Amino acid sequence: MKNNLHDNSNSDYSNNNSTTNDNSYYLGLDIGSISTKGVLIDSGGAIVRSEYIWTEGNPINAAKEVVVSLLGGSLQGTENLGERADFNVVGVGTTGSARKLVGAMLNADIVKNEITAHALGTLSHYPDAKTIIEIGGQDSKIILLDNGLVVDYAMNTLCAAGTGSFLSSQAKRLGVEVEKFGDVALNSTSPATIAARCTVFAESDLVHKAQMGYRKEDIIAGLCIAVATNYLNNLAKGKKIKPPIVFQGGVSKNAGVIKAFEDALGAKIHVHDKGHLMGAYGVAALCIKKKVNKPFNKNLLNQQFNSSSTNCTICPNACPLVNIYRNNTLLDTYGKRCE
Amino acid sequence: MKQIISFPHMANYSIPIKSYIQNILPKAEVLLPPPQSVRALDIGARHSPESVCLPFKYNLGNYIEALDMGANFLMTAGGGCRYGLYGEVHEQILRDLGYEFTFFNLLGDTNKTNVIQVYKNLKAHNPRLSARALAYYSLLAFRTIQFMDEVDVYIRRNIGLEKQKSDFDKTYKQFLNDIQNIKGFRALKKLKRVYTRRLLSIPLDESKDVIKVGLIGELYSLMEPFANLFLERELAKYNISLTRYTNLSYLLTKRRRHIQRYIDGSGGFVKYHLGADGTKSVEKSISMAKNNYAGIIHLKAFGCTPEINAIPSLINVSNQHKIPIMYLSFDTQTSKTGLKTRVEAFADMLQAKQLSASI
Repeated sequence: MKNNLHDNSNSDYSNNNSTTNDNSYYLGLDIGSISTKGVLIDSGGAIVRSEYIWTEGNPINAAKEVVVSLLGGSLQGTENLGERADFNVVGVGTTGSARKLVGAMLNADIVKNEITAHALGTLSHYPDAKTIIEIGGQDSKIILLDNGLVVDYAMNTLCAAGTGSFLSSQAKRLGVEVEKFGDVALNSTSPATIAARCTVFAESDLVHKAQMGYRKEDIIAGLCIAVATNYLNNLAKGKKIKPPIVFQGGVSKNAGVIKAFEDALGAKIHVHDKGHLMGAYGVAALCIKKKVNKPFNKNLLNQQFNSSSTNCTICPNACPLVNIYRNNTLLDTYGKRCE
Repeated sequence: MKQIISFPHMANYSIPIKSYIQNILPKAEVLLPPPQSVRALDIGARHSPESVCLPFKYNLGNYIEALDMGANFLMTAGGGCRYGLYGEVHEQILRDLGYEFTFFNLLGDTNKTNVIQVYKNLKAHNPRLSARALAYYSLLAFRTIQFMDEVDVYIRRNIGLEKQKSDFDKTYKQFLNDIQNIKGFRALKKLKRVYTRRLLSIPLDESKDVIKVGLIGELYSLMEPFANLFLERELAKYNISLTRYTNLSYLLTKRRRHIQRYIDGSGGFVKYHLGADGTKSVEKSISMAKNNYAGIIHLKAFGCTPEINAIPSLINVSNQHKIPIMYLSFDTQTSKTGLKTRVEAFADMLQAKQLSASI
């Protein structure tokens, strides 16, 4: 699979399969703006398989590809998957910005917002976590927990400053792969000061510093600090960040940003190597919690899903509607504000 | 030329206000702009300064749609914050666009609610208007609005608990239809009796665990459901019982008189008036926290200065009273997806908390 990032962790299978004899499995999918994450867990909550690919603007395809891979097939072999997959999936949950679309497509049992899903997923790995910092491709969140309960949260609203897409566009500008950003940043001894107020200011500051002759690692380290500063000054403004702090989302793979947060907060930042899967894990775990038991129809994967968009003509609002088709029959329509 | 009067929408208040204008200016015709829509917002935003607050854009869109339908006499109320200058800027923009109309600011240039001044202003347009008639119809309109607000408050508190889905919606639709025909106090009294009974007879599911949530913030975002993307309807899906103190009755009565009371009740966080409803937001957040509300949602039009002034105090209230406050800013975005995500997460959080507290 060409766009498989790094986490086709089929090796987990042998490690964790022994946790339960029950032959039931649960599927959790987190379809984000940039990447699509999926996990298959057993009824004991252990991750059996996981998958992480780019969404590439096509959530239907990405979700299908993830599910097929999780169930042990390859996309080419989809036609026969119904017989080949031997996992008895009895619950499917979706989260992320395309949760509704993919939920309709897979006839999901649970369609949950990403905030709740992330909190649930994280709590099952860090039961005493007090703060979750989440920075994804397009959005950032802060979730405050107390005794295993979400007590407050915030999510960026109007501005995407300091999110993953900002980092990757700056990486492109500097000619450094975004995956290497963190390690480059750690080499810096005197990070450049980059204005963190707004991406536009940050970008012009960055260009200016580069033209002044600053070293690349200092600029990159400055950017990482800017991301953390921006997050703490805007999203986390006024929120009491208490340890243990868990950092997740795509940006949590960036060692430079982790260090920036640790320096700013003076506390250890926990990053789980499966931190990017917490949303998907959360919805899968929710299926267990809610005692979902509905065998997953694997034949759904062999069907054609299409979507089209139109504008509603009932009133002058002309709401943009999304129609989802399965084998060219209308499955669901949504987008009406009068609903 | 016949006066064709129009004014911008806000929630459903156009109904009593239309009757009111017809009563005090009987020779004129009242023409309401088409219902609030994305089109009105688009037109309004296109001709507005980009950074102006959201109500300005909706109002301008309403004016333009009304002018295109033949209105030639536009009304505004003025007062409050930046809203006090909307009239002048709206008028200038509309004149620059080439429209011809009379522009009437109910409060005149003074920007103060002065009964004598309002009477003088109206008299210029209807010389036969007696002070007595003005008083009578003003009171009738005011009582009608008060009852509308009472109905709203009841529905807001209970709609999340209705047993039969859309019971309240259906009754409310009929109610809006019936208040159009209120001609005097007797009819109003009858309407009150009928609808009080009807609303109280709607079956509620008492077994549901109610979550009390308060709504505070800037008035237009709170009151115009179109501007807040029907937030209240969204919240009603999660057994949430809503309280909102801001409505037209409040604006007409308490807003000015209670400023000192709001400062006193703001827990020491506010030393002087924050402008518009900022101080009240702080005071209400504290009283809601003390009355065991599970959460608070703060709404504002993006860039609303009085409410931005209130936020640092609200953050302190949230920390001190351990009550989550969700902040929402509204501008010309019309997608509900982001709102749904946040509301669902907020409801999940409050439900989980309630559940753990009851065990």
